[in-house]
Amino acid sequence: MSRRTVAELSRSLARGEFSSTELTRDYLSRIKQFNGVYNAYITVTEELALAQATAADQRRARGEHGPLTGIPIAHKDIFCVQDVRTTCASKMLSNFISPYNATVVERLNAAGTVTLGKTNMDEFAMGSSNETSFFGPVRNPWDPERVPGGSSGGSAAAVAADLCAIATGTDTGGSIRQPAAFCGITGFKPSYGRISRWGMIAFASSLDQAGPISKSAEDAALMMNAIAGPDSKDSTCVEVAAPDYMATLNDSLQGLRIGVPRQHLAEGLGAEVESALQAALKVFESLGATIKEVDLPNSHLSVSAYYVIAPAEASANLSRFDGVRYGYRCAEPVNLEDMYKRSRSEGFGSEVKRRIMIGTYALSAGFYDAYYIKAQQIRRLIKQDFDNAFKDVDVIIGPTTPHTAFKLGEKNSDPVTMYLEDIYTIAVNLAGLPGMSIPAGLHTHLNKRLPIGIQLVGKDFDEARLLNVAHQYQQNTDWHLQRPEV
Amino acid sequence: MALEKSDVEKIAHLARLHIDATEAQEVANRISSILDLINQMQSVETRNVAPLAHPFDAVQRLRPDVVTEKNEREYLQKIAPSVQNGLYLVPKVIE
Repeated sequence: MSRRTVAELSRSLARGEFSSTELTRDYLSRIKQFNGVYNAYITVTEELALAQATAADQRRARGEHGPLTGIPIAHKDIFCVQDVRTTCASKMLSNFISPYNATVVERLNAAGTVTLGKTNMDEFAMGSSNETSFFGPVRNPWDPERVPGGSSGGSAAAVAADLCAIATGTDTGGSIRQPAAFCGITGFKPSYGRISRWGMIAFASSLDQAGPISKSAEDAALMMNAIAGPDSKDSTCVEVAAPDYMATLNDSLQGLRIGVPRQHLAEGLGAEVESALQAALKVFESLGATIKEVDLPNSHLSVSAYYVIAPAEASANLSRFDGVRYGYRCAEPVNLEDMYKRSRSEGFGSEVKRRIMIGTYALSAGFYDAYYIKAQQIRRLIKQDFDNAFKDVDVIIGPTTPHTAFKLGEKNSDPVTMYLEDIYTIAVNLAGLPGMSIPAGLHTHLNKRLPIGIQLVGKDFDEARLLNVAHQYQQNTDWHLQRPEV
Repeated sequence: MALEKSDVEKIAHLARLHIDATEAQEVANRISSILDLINQMQSVETRNVAPLAHPFDAVQRLRPDVVTEKNEREYLQKIAPSVQNGLYLVPKVIE
């Protein structure tokens, strides 16, 4: 039953080949068998899953189903799920039972999905390897000695190892696309504001966006149809209705203009990633697309600007964790300041504290102009680079990551080395554009096959085009069908 | 750009974090290396560039100022570390 895409499972459920309850039990037993190895889930919600599966089967019997009814899903543990522990992979929230649902969760519940559990992640989504989780690192299903990427590492590993049919993720600087690349699956980050952030624990509010982590572009489109669109609970969520993302999946790529950023083919890009990218571009050419180089001259400054803007916003967002109304509180505080300081110091891990301090510094008196305003000016230059490039092309395609998945412990001793992992993805968040990573090759290294991802970037709110381009690629290649030997 | 231990202590206090004296130097070194990365921004002239706070230069809309939530104090306080008679308990504020 498992190992299939959502689209396939949906057809099987419709034909009555098996029930959602049977499918859910199959996934729950896989989770029991393999989660000890991969640590992809922080919390497994077996009771909730079986109740939702029963309800989905009843709904289907009444003919009230949609394509996602009865599909087992995992939610990144950054999304609030009512009456379920929602930790953001932090000690700070390790006892937090959410009193409400995120809009994304609410909409997927309404579509009839079955919640298998909450997936592991970097603490407060701050990381690129899933090693900062309070609940321990996630391991890559293609090679358990390697990281799955981050911060949505648990969701990516769960989809790759087939411990769920599809998962939710969030992406602030690459947190959907980079783990999707490392785990050989499809990761989709919509435009900023396309999906409600309500109930999604905030990291950097001008960058954060939710999206699907799936086995195919078609599955991503199915989830997008359920979650995209206006929400009165999030004032940054755009009021424009989302299109039907399934309707344009089969459009021809004849005449599609693809831009390849010159700066992303430069020094630092691994040879195996570059050759996979070139092979993918050949596929697009054979489908009628034209390829030209484009310039993103300020892209090398994206990491610098991001590490001002994201920590600055995080330092403000995370000030709410003070040990008063919910979350971790230190033992026997002697006064209020002691309670704040010790609750926060004991409740947050070292990477989160480091980013809070960088953000606090950048926003502090005397440094605001030199750091925060400067970073926002660079942000505009980066946005203008994309605007200029998109005058001549419809889609930009390049590498998602400089190389394949690295080993646990290999990069976590130096934060700057880790930050540079997101060199190709961060600019997309700064510009608010839709981006996705799709599998485009496997690199064999020491007898292990490691996935390679390519990144597709679209114009503002042009998600449908990206999904169409990715789907056409997947109709003509089989990289997305490759699975690790679990 | 190198931060001193005293800078770290000041920032930590602003952020209401406690940093042990034994870790302060290491924290200062790490943050200094991140500031070196950040300072690469200074290589670009941006005098006439308007800061971009929102990716689409959008302004947040306002909703009507009406009550839409019902009072769920008891339900919401179930997750609090310490409550009494519907109030959140914290250590003595005025000493």
